[in-house]
Amino acid sequence: MSDAPAIVVENLRINLRGSEIDIVDDVSFAIAPGEVLGLVGESGSGKTTAGLALLGHARRGVEIVAGSVRVGDIDVLTLDHNQRRRLRGRVVSYVPQDPAASLNPALRIGTQLRETLEVHGFGENDSDRTNRLAEMMREVLLPDDPDYLRRYPHELSGGQQQRVGLAMAFACRPRVIVLDEPTTGLDVTTQAHVLNTVRELTELHRAAALYVSHDLAVVATLAARVAVMYAGRVVELGPTGEMFAAAAHPYTRRLIGAIPHISGRRQLASIPGRAPSPGQRPKGCFFAPRCTWREDRCELELPPLRLVSEAHSARCVRAEEVREYPGLPSGDTLPASEVPTETAVLSLRGVGAGYGGLQVVHDITLSLAPHECLAVVGESGSGKTTLARSIAGLHRERQGEIELLGEPLAASSRGRPREARRMIQYIFQNPYGSLNPRRTIGQIVRQPVDLFGTAQGSDVDKRVGEMLERVSLSASYAERYPDQLSGGERQRVAIARALICEPAVLVCDEITSALDVSVQAAIVDLLAELQRDLGLSMLFVTHNLPLVRSIAQRVAVMNRGRIVELGTVDSVLLEPGDDYTKALLADTPSLGAATT
Amino acid sequence: MTVVTDTPFTPEPEATKSRPPTGTLLLSALRLWRTRVGLVLAGGMVAVALFGPFVAPHGPADFVGAPNSSSVGIFGTDHLGQDVLSRFLWGGRSVLAISAAATLIGLVLGVLVGLIAAYARNLLDDGLMRVMDVILAFPQIMLALVALVTLGAKTWLIVLAVGLTTMPRVARVIRGSAQPIVERDFVAAADALGVPRWRILFAEVLPNILSPLMVEASLRLTYAIGLVASLAFLGFTPNPNGADWGLMIFENRIALSVQPWGVMLPIIAIALLTLGTGLIGDGVARAATGIDRTRGSE
Repeated sequence: MSDAPAIVVENLRINLRGSEIDIVDDVSFAIAPGEVLGLVGESGSGKTTAGLALLGHARRGVEIVAGSVRVGDIDVLTLDHNQRRRLRGRVVSYVPQDPAASLNPALRIGTQLRETLEVHGFGENDSDRTNRLAEMMREVLLPDDPDYLRRYPHELSGGQQQRVGLAMAFACRPRVIVLDEPTTGLDVTTQAHVLNTVRELTELHRAAALYVSHDLAVVATLAARVAVMYAGRVVELGPTGEMFAAAAHPYTRRLIGAIPHISGRRQLASIPGRAPSPGQRPKGCFFAPRCTWREDRCELELPPLRLVSEAHSARCVRAEEVREYPGLPSGDTLPASEVPTETAVLSLRGVGAGYGGLQVVHDITLSLAPHECLAVVGESGSGKTTLARSIAGLHRERQGEIELLGEPLAASSRGRPREARRMIQYIFQNPYGSLNPRRTIGQIVRQPVDLFGTAQGSDVDKRVGEMLERVSLSASYAERYPDQLSGGERQRVAIARALICEPAVLVCDEITSALDVSVQAAIVDLLAELQRDLGLSMLFVTHNLPLVRSIAQRVAVMNRGRIVELGTVDSVLLEPGDDYTKALLADTPSLGAATT
Repeated sequence: MTVVTDTPFTPEPEATKSRPPTGTLLLSALRLWRTRVGLVLAGGMVAVALFGPFVAPHGPADFVGAPNSSSVGIFGTDHLGQDVLSRFLWGGRSVLAISAAATLIGLVLGVLVGLIAAYARNLLDDGLMRVMDVILAFPQIMLALVALVTLGAKTWLIVLAVGLTTMPRVARVIRGSAQPIVERDFVAAADALGVPRWRILFAEVLPNILSPLMVEASLRLTYAIGLVASLAFLGFTPNPNGADWGLMIFENRIALSVQPWGVMLPIIAIALLTLGTGLIGDGVARAATGIDRTRGSE
């Protein structure tokens, strides 16, 4: 980069307020005008905290205690409260994760966009601002007519809302823009469009962008350089292509290994253990306890971030060796999938479902063989969750036949025989909502046992302990409450609650979408193992196409409530016949984009 | 320590001590000055009501001197020549017992109606809540008066009248708090398993709305005390000659200028009691919503 950097962050340290415990420390990077730097990390890595520091903002309970954030010749951190406020939006702007929550639902989008311009005194007069408003809308590929600007946020789709968020952020042509996971929660197609817009706008306005994300694949398609954060430190920083081809930090390697690929059918490699929380970080390299490259010297002191090649640095004493190591530590290749041919456990004939007369699922015919995992893939609004809920008896408004071992099932779970309720188990998308926060893990897991009477007395506690161990939690978890568990652990509890019923069919509704990639890998691993060992049939609903590769034998692609393609994973993903499947595959971000 | 979380989807909790929710709420409420002041005020008045009769110098109906005289005893005599201090010490029990019982009835019924309405989400919800709205449309005291005028001032009737008119107010709040809870996945999970509906209501939903319930309880108690005292002031008390704070205000109001204590003492008592319960409720509410929390980003 020949330009002087637009923003330089040096030795940033952020503590828990009133303590010496750091959340983020020793974070330094620079971004050139027009460049996108990806800041990648799993939850709790401090990436958002570091990103917000670029605006001179610290969330409640944390404070920025050291370092500098220089934009041009201003150090953002030395400014007082009012000066920072004037800076934000005009010089450094922010695009939050959830566009629906960040737009005021009571104000028209035109009003909100104009407000941004007025607050920062952009333009000479009203007509100037009106022109800029229309220009902004065109830049983010939204209609610029006054009728559209008179809409309220709820009249826009998620992708459109995020475009408005982008328009607002770019309104005053800032020099630096911080994007905090702006595409999380959007469909792949919408995500692809939003990412394109981000790329074009940063180039057009020569803005330096920090793209904070947990999704390596997204970052690979967008960013020129990537910084990987782990436990509040940047562990690796380098050009995207080089990083994904030859990562120099073991954590980056493991992270890449945990991402499912469309191209090859292989087991996902999860990272054992858990990232240390602030205040509980080990002496020495923070990743050492989970690292396969660990040596004795790793535990002596935290290694500095050092250059391993031009513009590529890593925080590892063995960075050169790690970098030279051929191949990624990804899992073994799985054998080619076989489609079981036995009679179906679950069969759907002409199933439709809707909400208040609005039909969202049309005429689905499917069958699920014993020991089979069938993936149902589709974007949000494709009706895949409604279909899954219909099978679980959680959606009453449905037509057609759903049969379990030849017996037709009632629409509502309460209308079904007890055996049917036991044999079909449903695991919810969000482990933060599916466990009652006021009950202990033990109480949650034993609920089905009490209900179905599958065990009595002290056997119940034993069964609960067994199930918790089955999902790789220790029996001691029974005493804890859900909020003491991480997302991955909660999802394991939800799986244990399903398994204790000894089900025949497991319906998994996007169960990894709220989890980090390394945790997702572990959960998928666990499910595959359970399916093999217990002979479960699984209906695995997901929007993540590459993930299908690692778990399912067959896949059904849904679009607008219909199955557009159904076949073995290989045939559908490698030789898609339907146009929609092809488009979906094309929009799926992959690491390949960076390396080729 | 949720301050280190990145996204609302994936907070990384630390393995800390287990957290029985209700206990913590009360403890954190106790850290607020308003809760402490409230406890002292309400506790003091409850103590007066409970133990007053044991320390009262005279019986509630003993004549100790000339009517409306301020020279007898500490606080003088009332309109019949009875000792104001003694009647004050005797007169808290009925107010407190009747309002507590009425609040309890109102809470139990209100919680039942509110939970059922929130969980039903259908015609039953509409039906129940419209009935509640009709009751709400009339001032609480008017409905109580209608009942008392018709059937006479009996203790059980006062309790029932105040309790039943408290019910719709509790039901509204409980329904509102339970609505987001019944939409959550753990309720759907219990539904899918076929857990009996009453168990879903009381074991899954109710524990999650204890905070608003406790706030509502102290608020309703405050209102019930005021209402019971008002009814007594209007003469609706089971024992027309008995000692009762509300009744005392009514009896001695004419002599306010010559012997103010007969009116002032019960007024101060009722004011401190309601202020106390109100402050406790406010403290619990603040602790529940985390207004005064110093850390945490939730």
